[in-house]
Amino acid sequence: MTELLSIEDLAVEFPSRHGTVTAVEGVSLTIGAGEILGVVGESGAGKSTIGAAITGLLQAPGRIARGTIRLSGEVIDATDTLAMRRLRGARVSTIFQDPLTSLNPLFTIEQQLVDTILTHRPMTRAEARAEAVRQLEAVGIPDPAHRVKNWPHEFSGGMRQRAVIALALCSEPELVIADEPTTALDVSVQAQILDLIRKLAQERGIGVMLVTHDMGVIAQVTDRVAVMKDGRLVELGQTEQVLTRPEHPYSRDLISVVPRADVKLKRFPVAGLGQGADKALEWLSGGSTRREASDRPLVELLDVRQVYGGRSGLFKRAEGFTALTDITLRIAEGEVLGLAGESGSGKSTMARILAGLTAPTSGEMLFDGQAVYDHGRMRHPDIRRQIQMVFQDPYSSLNPRMSVGDILAEPMLHHALVANRRAAQPVVEELLSAVGLPVDAARRYPHAFSGGQRQRISVARALASRPRFLICDEPTSALDVSIQAQILNLMKDLQERLGLTILFISHDLPVVRQMCDRIAVLKSGQLAEVAETETLFTAPQAAYTRDLISLIPAMTHARPSETLHG
Amino acid sequence: MSTPSKPSLWARFRASDLGHAFLRSPGAMIAFGLLVLIMLAALFAPLIAPQDLRDATSFDLMDGFTPPFSANEFTGNFYLLGTDDQGRDMLSAVLFGLRASLIVGICAVALSALIGVTLGLIAGYAGGRVDAVIMRAADVQLAIPGILVALLIFGLTRSLLPTGLRDAMAIYVVILAIGLSDWVSYARTVRSAAMVEMRREYIQAAIMMGRPPRAILRRHLLPNVARPIFVIATINFALAVIAESTLSYLGAGLPPTQPSLGTLIRIGQQFLFSGEWWLLFFPGCVLLVLALSINLLGDWLRDTLNPRAVK
Amino acid sequence: MFLLRRLLQAIPVLLVTAFLSFAAFRFIGDPVQSMLGQDATAADRAELMAALGLDQPFPVQFWNFIVNVLHGDFGFSTRIGQPVLGLILDRLPATLELAVLSFVVALALGMILGVTTALKPQSWISRTVMAGSLIGVSLPNFLIGIGLIYVFSVQLGWLPAFGRGETVQIGWWSTGLLTVSGWKAILLPAISLSLFQVTLILRLVRAEMTEVLHSDHIRFARARGLPDRMVNFRYALKNTLVPVITVSGLQLGSIIAFAVVTETVFQWPGIGLLFINSVNFSDVPIMATYLLLTAVLFVVINLIVDLLYYLFDPRLRVKAAGR
Repeated sequence: MTELLSIEDLAVEFPSRHGTVTAVEGVSLTIGAGEILGVVGESGAGKSTIGAAITGLLQAPGRIARGTIRLSGEVIDATDTLAMRRLRGARVSTIFQDPLTSLNPLFTIEQQLVDTILTHRPMTRAEARAEAVRQLEAVGIPDPAHRVKNWPHEFSGGMRQRAVIALALCSEPELVIADEPTTALDVSVQAQILDLIRKLAQERGIGVMLVTHDMGVIAQVTDRVAVMKDGRLVELGQTEQVLTRPEHPYSRDLISVVPRADVKLKRFPVAGLGQGADKALEWLSGGSTRREASDRPLVELLDVRQVYGGRSGLFKRAEGFTALTDITLRIAEGEVLGLAGESGSGKSTMARILAGLTAPTSGEMLFDGQAVYDHGRMRHPDIRRQIQMVFQDPYSSLNPRMSVGDILAEPMLHHALVANRRAAQPVVEELLSAVGLPVDAARRYPHAFSGGQRQRISVARALASRPRFLICDEPTSALDVSIQAQILNLMKDLQERLGLTILFISHDLPVVRQMCDRIAVLKSGQLAEVAETETLFTAPQAAYTRDLISLIPAMTHARPSETLHG
Repeated sequence: MSTPSKPSLWARFRASDLGHAFLRSPGAMIAFGLLVLIMLAALFAPLIAPQDLRDATSFDLMDGFTPPFSANEFTGNFYLLGTDDQGRDMLSAVLFGLRASLIVGICAVALSALIGVTLGLIAGYAGGRVDAVIMRAADVQLAIPGILVALLIFGLTRSLLPTGLRDAMAIYVVILAIGLSDWVSYARTVRSAAMVEMRREYIQAAIMMGRPPRAILRRHLLPNVARPIFVIATINFALAVIAESTLSYLGAGLPPTQPSLGTLIRIGQQFLFSGEWWLLFFPGCVLLVLALSINLLGDWLRDTLNPRAVK
Repeated sequence: MFLLRRLLQAIPVLLVTAFLSFAAFRFIGDPVQSMLGQDATAADRAELMAALGLDQPFPVQFWNFIVNVLHGDFGFSTRIGQPVLGLILDRLPATLELAVLSFVVALALGMILGVTTALKPQSWISRTVMAGSLIGVSLPNFLIGIGLIYVFSVQLGWLPAFGRGETVQIGWWSTGLLTVSGWKAILLPAISLSLFQVTLILRLVRAEMTEVLHSDHIRFARARGLPDRMVNFRYALKNTLVPVITVSGLQLGSIIAFAVVTETVFQWPGIGLLFINSVNFSDVPIMATYLLLTAVLFVVINLIVDLLYYLFDPRLRVKAAGR
């Protein structure tokens, strides 16, 4: 294998008014032709910065402090803007994360492809048009001769990412930097895109630097992997070796916290509940009329249908979009039910109904035997108190203008669980320590906290009204894996101690497996399968469930040749 | 909150991002200083003005058309900024004119902000039919440019008022006219900001808590859409001052008995061709400096509060 | 289909303004008294009321008003005593020529300066332009006009301070754009009217373009090695234009409104000057007609804007079908 890219002792700095931040420090690595090198690490590890440094597209005021970058043996001077411009596209191409924003919405796919081809290859316009069709065909877009005339918004997410790949490769580069190319996509699409990248790299002998936070992606497609932490390269080796016999302690940690689809762990090897949780738990379990776990379901959905937008207009009858069809589901007290499905399957709609936010078009929801909705509204304030939610995005789920103490006190005061704000203060502090945060956090505002800490606050707020039923809507999908493991542990511990009933919604099947007693699989608004967790993973009944499970990137390294089937 | 000891306001201002940026921007500091100076001058106009313009006995026809920075050739009286045809001191006229312009500007901005923010919040929160009605009203309002609306409101109210009351009521009419013509920018901005916030999960959390709409609007929504309101209010303050002077210049604003800067410019223009330039120059300058410092501040505020737009 | 929908949406706007105009006609001032004078008898009054249809129920009156308006009958000016339509039509060309010329100047200058400042925000040209634009938005329209008159008419004596110069009659349209004196006369008003708009458009273009230049698809275009010229002027500019079109449409409307001020400063014989005189003399029919006319102009401008928008943005064509 010939050495295509070689980086020696690269350091990148970002000067700012708070001092210089070193984003990348002393990184050396190589990529051969046709080889896929994975660069993995958590957010802030500096993995994307390496790619930007190679293409000379560092965000201002970043600069390369030292080190050499060689492409096919030739030294690249990233400060020479003219040379970099000639290099970009022609020899090094980039694939960005979000296919929705990577394509210019006001130009057809053909226009964008033809412009790129003509810039780099000596062709007439007619030849470039024909080449554009060939490129689209190569990335697996059906009927490319017609689709090439389409606007970007007429493509689905997966097709857009294919078009982005075509755009990146149509100039015939030697090296491609793919920055989280599948993060914004569904699992099934993700697998196809990864296969495509694998196939194109091998066929055309292109070196690929695949930047990702996802160990599954690394396992599925890379030949070698570089593990980054705080701007440094901590381990570089064959993918199989790093995954199965990691040498550096950080690599070991990183791999140990990835939820595995093949085994169910009791808990992750990281911390869970915070210090002094006992007092808070005492308060939390006080005052409620909780019974011992019984067979009687706490939450029931009966023949629920949800239709959006359907109405009889003045001129025509608009057909509504049916988000959920005939859902009947029972959740027992103290049970953790997983809800899995791809985007658009109706997960969020179901969460809104269960949360008491939207009444279903037809059918009924019962909570503890009582009807929740009355004329499209949730009437009973006490039911409202007992159902709470932990949201997906920790950066938007806390009011940035309220102190953490006020955020936690608001539900207690609203439901009159404490007499006044002063009486709420000790409870706030207990709650904070229970979720593993210092008590002085109460005085600060949400922006002072990291994503994982915010999610802890979010959990504490949900608990503050002493709920019995907790809905967790993708609570960890915005977090790094090690933080995810901590939050999952925390929720597990709280669930066990408080006997909470939880609906755990996630697109990530391994996570669901770690958390849940039973799993419901949702597909196009219908329940494809509801089964005990272990049964579902070992003997899935529905074909759709089998597909989903087969698509989970295995943590054992699949040899690239074996994944080649498309 | 049970914080033991709060740091002083000044210390907190310096520590905040806004304060930090302010102390690093000479433009913003100069603009702010000028604005404070102008505000103080207007506030204490009755104390610092050499003449009381409401008292017709305090000025003398003999002092008419005294040029600035010099003594009158007949009476020997000195006027810093000169006098007009009536012998009125221009410095006093400018100070009182400034006062009138600022009162109208501030009241009009407050009125339009009140209307606009309320309607925008309601539209953004309620959505659906309520939103459609409010936004349609905004469209209709927007279909006629602000200055025209103000002129129309002025013209219509005047024809409804008895002649004797017209001058006395003029200032209220002008405030009403400008205030009512300006609410749309608040309503639209607040509405779209509120719609963005409504999709955020902390609002969902408050709804799940069962908080009543009023509490959600006041506690959660309003504080989070406040930034753009400040920016618009600052920029609209400049616009309102300009609108007032324009109306007054057109004769559809404050009367000569109760002049604003615009009225003074209108009067001054009549003497421009005969060489008494100072009657127009000083009110014009003050108006420009006022509008410029507000705009400088507004611009800086917008860039600082919304870093995405600058870069 | 999309345009039809927009047209339907415009109708309520027009109806509301028509109603406001009508209400002004009917309830403000006393048209009968102003037409007959002080010493009319009660019989005269009743006769005129009947002749004007003022004795009929309110909705009927409103209906008649609309029918009249559609026939071009806007009543009589209470101040001048002539049909309103004639008065307005006489003065319309002057205002439209001024407004359109200013708009073209404002749009061209605003776009060029906006793109320049967005592409090279740190250069001295951009800094000067941005500082100048701040003064531009702070200078009231009428002060600019007065300043221009003082410099170019009073001091230098190059250009006329007021009026329209010689005009040429083409059908009912009188144009000042075919004579040298006409061009001399329109120069100062057009500059003073467009200056404020230049700053607005320039700031908008700059803000939009800056945002587009930071977007993913532009970064991707640069990463593909497309030449800067193509990225800036083909890819980024087109994306910038979409929001600029909307606002520019609104600006044309505000130019027509601010023409009132400019026409007063320069004694330009257009509908703005007619309107401001009507406001001062509470000549309600002219005010009401002017209101209606501006609303119609605005609706037409908005329709053109929508059409352009539709041509420009492919996403809208799909959405429009779905909405």
